[in-house]
Amino acid sequence: MMSDEMMEDGGPVKKFLYMNRKAPYGTVYALESLEVVLIGAAFEQDVSLVFADDGLYQIAKGQDTAGIEMKNFSPTYRALEMYDVEQLYVEKESLEARGLTAEDFVVEVEVKTAEEIRDLMEEQDVVLSF
Amino acid sequence: MKFSIQVNEGPYTHQASDSAFKFASAALEKGHEIFRIFFYHDGVNNATRLTTPPQDDRHIVNRWSDLADKHGVDLVVCVAAAQRRGIADADESKRNGKDADNLAPGFRISGLGQLIEAGIQADRLVVFGD
Amino acid sequence: MLLHTVNKSPFEKNALDSCLRMAKAGSSILLIEDGVYAATNNTSVSEKVKGVMGDITVYALEEDVKARGMQDKVMDGIKLVDYAGFVDLVAESDNVSAWL
Repeated sequence: MMSDEMMEDGGPVKKFLYMNRKAPYGTVYALESLEVVLIGAAFEQDVSLVFADDGLYQIAKGQDTAGIEMKNFSPTYRALEMYDVEQLYVEKESLEARGLTAEDFVVEVEVKTAEEIRDLMEEQDVVLSF
Repeated sequence: MKFSIQVNEGPYTHQASDSAFKFASAALEKGHEIFRIFFYHDGVNNATRLTTPPQDDRHIVNRWSDLADKHGVDLVVCVAAAQRRGIADADESKRNGKDADNLAPGFRISGLGQLIEAGIQADRLVVFGD
Repeated sequence: MLLHTVNKSPFEKNALDSCLRMAKAGSSILLIEDGVYAATNNTSVSEKVKGVMGDITVYALEEDVKARGMQDKVMDGIKLVDYAGFVDLVAESDNVSAWL
């Protein structure tokens, strides 16, 4: 499925969805996924990020990694806006299961139910899972 | 149809690279095109030519190299992920002041943009990982 | 519609649960690698899997089922496909989503 919309230089614009389901620090997936999103932003595609399951913990407020000597990359999510990556969604069921609310995150997110995410996923051209 | 494949795990620990290889082979056999196979996370470990499995086991690295040789499949290793994990071609090795390189034949090291491009150019992107 | 792949045992990880929650009616699920254990009879998740089978077509990768000795335990209604069938499923779907 190719979107009809074209980039200014004539290249195709596709709908990319990043499905983030892994917690940060315990494994590298969250960090390296964010690196893909940042590089991908330069391609001016239509990008959405979904945080579901433990992926919600990637954007939790209050992360302090000094004690584990790893880079705290949570502030980087706040930079996504500058790259026009503004469609950030959190799955409601995962949010509630973890006792979190939309105020617990370092970025503004839209809470969507699993049912709404079903529809969002079906609209995509590319789904990248991490 | 044009496929791209992403491989997120190293060989011999996780089945992901075996699954990806079997899928790629089946796709080629059916007359499809593989636009690119992108190795990310520990998947970059699929690309070291120092790999020496026991003789009665499959040689996962050589299998990839053969795929590139026989079918011209573009095997791309993420440079940032590779640097972290000690996978380097001669140029990378020299640039970073290292005394050795280990990239297997048929692979090339490049940036994450190649993954985004693989998503844009192919009809389907299939992800294998953990 | 999407093809969802699930490669985790449902007894160890929540990938299948999340997939079932976010897979739309009319889409398909292909169980691969350790995900094929979700295709077997009389498990604690069998009813859950059967429950979606009216809306979602569930497949399991035959090579992975056989490798794990589960070929005689696959639930009725789950379709076995080989790698060539996997390729066809991807080609026939609009898109693929891997639940890792």
